[in-house]
Amino acid sequence: MATLSLPTSGTGTPRVLKSRAAGKLLLLALFAAVLAPWAATHWPGAAWPHALTVSLDKPLATASNWVIDNRDSHPLFLYFFGYVSNAVVLSVRAVYVTLLAAGWTGVTVLGALVAWRVAGVRLAAGTAIAFLACGALGMWVPTMQTLALMVVAVLASALVGAVLGLAAGLSDRLDRALRPVLDTMQVLPAFAYLLPVVLVFGIGVPAAVLATVVYAAPPMARLTALGLRGADPEVLEAVESLGATRRQRLLTARIPLARGELLLGLNQTIMMALSMAVIAAVIGAGGLGDRVYQALASVDVGQALAAGIPIVLLAIVLDRVTAAAGAGTGDTRTRAIGWPYALAVTAAVALAARLLGRLDWPTGWTLDIAAPVNHAVDWMTNHLYSGVPVIGGTADWAGHFTTWILDPVRGGLQWLPWWSVLLIVAALAWSIGTWRTALTAVLAMAAIGVLGVWGPALDTLSQVLAAVAVTLVLGLATGIAAARSERVERALRPVLDVFQTMPQFVYLIPVVALFGVGRAPAVAAAVVYALPAVVRITAQGLRQVDPAALESARSLGATGRQQLWQIQLPLARRSLLLAVNQGVVLVLAVVIIGGLVGGGALGYNVAFGLAQGDLATGLVAGAAIVCLGLMLDRVTQPTQRRTTKGA
Amino acid sequence: MRKLKRRTALIATGAATVSLLTGCGAADMTKQASPFANARGSKTVTLSVQSWVGAQSNVAVAQYLLEHKLGYRVDTVQVDEVPAWDALSQGRVDAILEDWGHPDQEKRYVEDKKTIARGGDLGVTGHIGWFVPTYLAEQHPDITDWKNLNKYASLFRTAESGGKGQLMDGSPSYVTNDKALVHNLKLDYQVVFAGSEAAQITQMKQFAKEKKPFLTYWYAPQWLFKKVPMTEVKLPPYQDGCDADAAKVACAYPRTSLQKYLNAGFAKSGGKAAAFLKKFKWTTEDQNEVSLMIADQKLSPEDAAKKWVDSHPSVWKRWLS
Repeated sequence: MATLSLPTSGTGTPRVLKSRAAGKLLLLALFAAVLAPWAATHWPGAAWPHALTVSLDKPLATASNWVIDNRDSHPLFLYFFGYVSNAVVLSVRAVYVTLLAAGWTGVTVLGALVAWRVAGVRLAAGTAIAFLACGALGMWVPTMQTLALMVVAVLASALVGAVLGLAAGLSDRLDRALRPVLDTMQVLPAFAYLLPVVLVFGIGVPAAVLATVVYAAPPMARLTALGLRGADPEVLEAVESLGATRRQRLLTARIPLARGELLLGLNQTIMMALSMAVIAAVIGAGGLGDRVYQALASVDVGQALAAGIPIVLLAIVLDRVTAAAGAGTGDTRTRAIGWPYALAVTAAVALAARLLGRLDWPTGWTLDIAAPVNHAVDWMTNHLYSGVPVIGGTADWAGHFTTWILDPVRGGLQWLPWWSVLLIVAALAWSIGTWRTALTAVLAMAAIGVLGVWGPALDTLSQVLAAVAVTLVLGLATGIAAARSERVERALRPVLDVFQTMPQFVYLIPVVALFGVGRAPAVAAAVVYALPAVVRITAQGLRQVDPAALESARSLGATGRQQLWQIQLPLARRSLLLAVNQGVVLVLAVVIIGGLVGGGALGYNVAFGLAQGDLATGLVAGAAIVCLGLMLDRVTQPTQRRTTKGA
Repeated sequence: MRKLKRRTALIATGAATVSLLTGCGAADMTKQASPFANARGSKTVTLSVQSWVGAQSNVAVAQYLLEHKLGYRVDTVQVDEVPAWDALSQGRVDAILEDWGHPDQEKRYVEDKKTIARGGDLGVTGHIGWFVPTYLAEQHPDITDWKNLNKYASLFRTAESGGKGQLMDGSPSYVTNDKALVHNLKLDYQVVFAGSEAAQITQMKQFAKEKKPFLTYWYAPQWLFKKVPMTEVKLPPYQDGCDADAAKVACAYPRTSLQKYLNAGFAKSGGKAAAFLKKFKWTTEDQNEVSLMIADQKLSPEDAAKKWVDSHPSVWKRWLS
């Protein structure tokens, strides 16, 4: 295995790499030459052979009926899930009641003081403004509901993640066992998590919180493990030589040394949890997500935006504050106030508000943004939808995109014999990874066939491929522009922030208004969602290219274009591959949600399963999405595990 | 050593406290309320809102009256139809105000488990069917008979339907036999699922703006008829039991008298709120009036409900008596 490691620098030995890749492909070709004819004669036809499928309809339907019939009597539910559910309800309720008791003034002041304490004055002001904006949009109570849910979900995720991470950080065996699981969980679309949780807990807050925990815990676990493993060995040795016990070593050296990673993990967990807030509304999370969801039902983009903005604000504030805490820029020991003061001030303000009877957000102080936003959206759809001279309207583009790109790609994929699809997957995954990743990818793809959803999965895959292509073209171009000009970068930054944190549901409807119902709007929404990450990673990768290399190129008289193509892009290869990988994962997540706007395929099946309580359809589609995500990740992720492990 | 012992004791006490708090013994999660309910000690009613606007109107008016005339706090949760039944049986929702007929769920929860009680008629009659815009029906009068649909299939062609005509279906939560109908009536059409009602409405409005032909699964009462006049396409007439086998359906959809359902416990001990919800009954016109205010004039559901309540005292006074 050690021989398959890739060079870490990303600069050297391209020839070795190439010849090795060629060797792998040759081996695979030999393998294929033996097996393919056999498979083709045994099970002719392009689609996955029916003989190789396993139908889960019956057992899943039985399981679902069993759960519904035994939910109020079986000990497993009474003594285990019941307590879990109770604990969630109690804690969410406790936080919610506390937030309400603090009133809007109390919460705002507390938020600002905490931000001041850990991140300085500017972020404190930002936090206060964000909270006040939530109130001004008429969303105070839903914001508090979402906040209560988030507090509980984030604490639970951080706890679960930290425990798992601690285990993986201290034990090599556990690390080997957990890592593939965590890797996989991180690439799964949030939508796929909902059904299994709903089956056990039913629609409601407990299900929403648990789905969020499952979704948000992995980054915490990964980063905790990473932090513990990355501790400077010399420091550890020094501590050991002082005669510290194992536990002392952990508590006094390893954990404090991993502080940066731990806080980054917390930051990631909060972001993932918030991005789940709206999706969890589908299973009864309530709060802001529910407002977004309800507004969309009456095609009221303005109202959906009014509920979406508080989510964006919360996300940005929490992101900045935790990031600042992680970077230790809260150079505040001297300036900021102590915790006791902060709490005392909060309590005083809350009490004052209570005495004045001003706990609820004052009714007159709300700002109606829904009407102007709806006007803007109407204008846009009226004028862009069709009949624009020369370039045609967006509806025409969508039509062309569907007939000229989506249809041929889907047709091509479905025309390919099933075994050749597996071969292509193997070849792609193996050429940039190890035989292990290739095997995982092939098995995941085969599992989709076995589940009996080969056709819809290829349909989804075709949408993903088309969306990724568009995202990469746009994203790389924008990323290069941002990397080369400071001004472009500054202008882009807030836009990227907003699009990255805006709940995907908010732009589903405008997208339909522009592109009609079908696969095209699903692809468009996916592109919008994935673009910021691709732009960011590209820009960052390009900017990190060794300035010395650029300088020497410039001194040799290379033009700007030559510098870009011959120095920057090749040197940033690793970042670009990461951009592709991230792009694929994000696109898949939204293409699935695209089932709600006519994307069909697996996404529609999951939506159908949730809407009809039809486990068989929903779970099978969910599992297929999981496999698809796994396959796509392995095919686009250059493996470097072996090299990083020893470091 | 002593330290360790103390910690163990602490953990034990903690565990004991937790189990005391949660009430020793069984924890039946099917009897849990939402954590957001009763937050200020006031009596709370949780209503299920389905995704369509008619259902929002029912809930908006009920919510307004419960809050302003009876002094309750009302929480609303948007849940799809079938999961809403499940939530209702568990008491996470107290009432569903508009149900379009779910015989399986009715049998399971109302008759077998008895966790859900009937709440009577809503007073509105629902009907599902296939519709074309009226401007199209005026151009081609014979298009309103299903037998002629194949003749016009090319009119309805879109990028998504391939070479066939497009029959647009909506949210996955709706009752539909359309795939079977297209197959059994041998129609040259492709069912395209819009995936959500919002997407379907947006698409229909766009088509109507351009006066383009379209054929869609739709239902009445629905406010969109006021914005985009539509004419129903006649399918083979509905007879009792003709839709018994889902794969062999070849007839129109029935007319359903829409029903209310209450959680059984709430129906018994829900006091004034339960009595009020049982009496809640209005007409299709009333519901459409509120729906149109919400969906078209973009009034908030609360404002729309207030407007309706202010102008129709004779209707709602009966519900409170």
